[in-house]
Amino acid sequence: MKTLLVAEFREGKLRAEYSQLIAFAQQQQTEAAMFLVGNAGELPKFNGTLYLADAAKHGEYNPTVHRQLLLDVVATEQPAQIVFLHSSYGWDLAPRIAVALQAAQISEIISVDNGLPVVPVCNAKLRRSIKSTTGRTVLTIQAGAFSLEGEPEGAPTVVAIDTDAAGRVQCTGYEAAKLEGVDLTKAEIIVSAGRGVGKPENVAMVQALAKALGGEYGASRPVVDAGWVEHNRQVGTTGSTVTPKLYVACGISGAIQHLAGMKKSDFIVAINTDKDAPIGEVANVLVVADLKQFLPVLTEKLGAR
Amino acid sequence: MNILICIKQVPDMESKFKINGEGTWYDRADLAWRMNEYDEYAVEQAVRLKEQLPNSDLTVLCIGQDQASESIKKALAMGCDKGVHIADPDSSQREPIAIATMIAGFAKEELFDIIFTGMQSQDRGSAQVGVMVAELLGIPAVTTIVDFSYDENTGAIQVKRELEGGSKALVTATTPVVLTCQLGLNTPRYPTLPNIMKAKKKELRTVLPAPAAVDARQETSACYFPEKKGGGLVLEGEIPELADKLIQLLKEKTSALA
Ligand SMILES: Cc1cc2nc3c(=O)[nH]c(=O)nc-3n(C[C@H](O)[C@H](O)[C@H](O)COP(=O)(O)OP(=O)(O)OC[C@H]3O[C@@H](n4cnc5c(N)ncnc54)[C@H](O)[C@@H]3O)c2cc1C
Repeated sequence: MKTLLVAEFREGKLRAEYSQLIAFAQQQQTEAAMFLVGNAGELPKFNGTLYLADAAKHGEYNPTVHRQLLLDVVATEQPAQIVFLHSSYGWDLAPRIAVALQAAQISEIISVDNGLPVVPVCNAKLRRSIKSTTGRTVLTIQAGAFSLEGEPEGAPTVVAIDTDAAGRVQCTGYEAAKLEGVDLTKAEIIVSAGRGVGKPENVAMVQALAKALGGEYGASRPVVDAGWVEHNRQVGTTGSTVTPKLYVACGISGAIQHLAGMKKSDFIVAINTDKDAPIGEVANVLVVADLKQFLPVLTEKLGAR
Repeated sequence: MNILICIKQVPDMESKFKINGEGTWYDRADLAWRMNEYDEYAVEQAVRLKEQLPNSDLTVLCIGQDQASESIKKALAMGCDKGVHIADPDSSQREPIAIATMIAGFAKEELFDIIFTGMQSQDRGSAQVGVMVAELLGIPAVTTIVDFSYDENTGAIQVKRELEGGSKALVTATTPVVLTCQLGLNTPRYPTLPNIMKAKKKELRTVLPAPAAVDARQETSACYFPEKKGGGLVLEGEIPELADKLIQLLKEKTSALA
């Protein structure tokens, strides 16, 4: 079985996550080739064919053109699987390829069990294993779900590719994340507020606990989106990735994108009214309680020590 | 502008889920239902665009069982002009391409300038449908937008796509286009009581799904609860005792209270 891996390039750099694609292919023991719209000066470490288009010519985000380049490679390589990262690049391009090839698409694979891809559903509360019934399958793999033991190695055989296809939207530049101010990645103790805090006033309870513990406060995305806490305190894939000694998640369900930003913390405490909340999967201690009652008591007891 | 907003009704994610008899999806009984969170941002953005361009016409489309009309009513109360409910008792079992084909079939008739969708649903979470609709219609799509503006003079649409780490790509497009909306794009409004009353008078058309236009490409082998990885301690009981127990654990297992 042949697999085509779709690597990514952004802001002039090869995205290191390509190694996760290689890890996936190795786990499946399939023969792999790679596709990249990037730059010959920055090649992935990979033993196999690399189909390389020039990002300077074809853009870093230019879906119609990348779609055509990729479809041309599929026509030559005839892969049984086309594998993307489940990322802003991957989930944008993959469905376009699936439609064109009339292939099944399976999104956000976290593992392969008995040959069948498994994906999380319902905010990671449930799992689904899926069987593709088309000869060719388009897959996206969850960030971090597959990884190599060490660094990737090797040197690809580069095959240059090109197309005359024209784009229909224009990527004109990038805006950096607003991360000035507090740097959560350096904090040793973080107490984070999730949507379970209910209203902006209650963020103060989380701040008070953080203070009592001598740490920083953070937040999950809905709390940041609502404007209750600044974006520089958001933990997760689109915020900061943190590894404190202690992480306390207050009213946070444990969505994949939040877990990705904090699951490597040394010790994780979750406070949640829902005993089945997926945060329980990574928590060392899950306190089943209403945070509005629990946090003030905990903070007071810590202060009285 | 002629605008379509595609929404889905999903269970509240804090519900207690049970697996259905076939072991292929969740059991629909005893769940609380709501509009998919991502779609609320899509509806809000369309309503804001209509505030900018009052001649716009906003159609909200939802595929689902009878109760899905509740989510359409919410979108109408938020400011959409008319609703279309494709009454499909089997929608929750359909794969993304099947749903996208139904939407594209509807959209083909109407020539929409902008189609807003959520970037994904909270239950299936495939992030495929919006892009597939665009591909089936042969129009561009930009995914994961967290910022939107429309310039009346030039007709240019400026969006920001959210990227990993929270940086953004600036993208320009023109109509027709499909835009998939990410959390935080705007602040979705709550329908006011007068608007809820007004929404009752708005057109809400129910249509039957067209016969399946695509062959199945995938099937669910099983749907199940993840294995509990163990290790983690679950503390339940009275608040003060819980606090004492937690403090004790923090002393024993971490240096946080040292
Ligand atoms: C591309 C993408 C990127 C994303 N990036 C991020 C990211 O960087 N960071 C991030 O956090 N999310 C991110 N998300 C969003 C993520 O999917 C979830 O929607 C989000 O993490 C949910 O936040 P939450 O847990 O606070 O809210 P919810 O999922 O709504 O959970 C609230 C929790 O609070 C509990 N609760 C309710 N009331 C109480 C109470 N009184 N006491 C105690 N517990 C209570 C509930 O049981 C529930 O478990 C991203 C999503 C996408 C699609």
